[in-house]
Amino acid sequence: MHEATVAQSLVEAILQEARQQRARPIRAKLSCGELNKVNDEVLSFAFQAVAEGTPCEGMVLQIEHKPLQAKCRACGDVFALDVSSARCPACQREDFELLPDAPLVLDEIEFERADDGED
Amino acid sequence: MEKIDVGRKILSANDTYALKNKQLLARYGKPCFNLISSPGSGKTALLVRTIRDLMASLRVGVIEGDLQTDLDAERIRATQAPAIQINTEGACHLSAAQVNQALEKLPVANLDVVFIENVGNLVCPSAFELGEDGKIVVLSVAEGDDKPVKYPGIFAKSQVLLVNKIDLLEGALVDFDLDRVRTDARRLNQSLEIFPVSAKTGAGMSRWYDWLTNRIRAR
Repeated sequence: MHEATVAQSLVEAILQEARQQRARPIRAKLSCGELNKVNDEVLSFAFQAVAEGTPCEGMVLQIEHKPLQAKCRACGDVFALDVSSARCPACQREDFELLPDAPLVLDEIEFERADDGED
Repeated sequence: MEKIDVGRKILSANDTYALKNKQLLARYGKPCFNLISSPGSGKTALLVRTIRDLMASLRVGVIEGDLQTDLDAERIRATQAPAIQINTEGACHLSAAQVNQALEKLPVANLDVVFIENVGNLVCPSAFELGEDGKIVVLSVAEGDDKPVKYPGIFAKSQVLLVNKIDLLEGALVDFDLDRVRTDARRLNQSLEIFPVSAKTGAGMSRWYDWLTNRIRAR
């Protein structure tokens, strides 16, 4: 449910970049980790609602989900962790440490310039 | 068409306030803990019991988060401890900015510890740092022993797990496998402290009090 808060922050961040670029944003790439994850459909819906009437209206969001990673204490293998059946795929042990989860990040914005010769 | 790299944390506005809260608490040298759980796990009951049992040695202040009403703040104030109620009016979590306003109303200088009781929700509150020293997750036995697997985020990020309402395990009033919770939660978080307690009978509370007083002294 906190996708609404994320959408609000996201629109504000993109509008700020758009003012600096003096261009229209058309697509944004975001990424998030497994523990900081957002639901794509809910975020896109909330984003369109917040973006209405702003230069962000109609933008396309691409959300990359980064898996939670763990490091096996026994064999040192670093692997993408499935929390429901959590074990090291290399040695089958259950002794591992969680690596820091990827935060929710706005990675890239694609702009369309109305007049490319202006700058 | 032109792409630019941004590389910006989306919740950075919240993080800015979280840092302000951390600095404010550090200025007074007061620890702060963020209680997170489902609705009805007994967060307020645990706080009321803790405040009453440690009244002689510990001055507690509480920031209460709920969608509506100040019922929880009133329960805290009945112990004579100061409490500030935040009504999120629909929002599913407390934000660091809301906590910042509440901290300004609390007499922080005259307290030993600040508790933030977050909105009842095992998901969203775990994504918003409030400037706390640690998160404490509460799970009551009636909710079931599968919660660490179903909601891993909060169990991975917390320092303490209080398993509440253990009085219901007597006479097998509910099916709850404490060992399963221990195994599943520790798999995600090896340093997690787990205290089975009953805020109603007081069972197990002394180990939680020991942890809390040691943390406050260590600050």
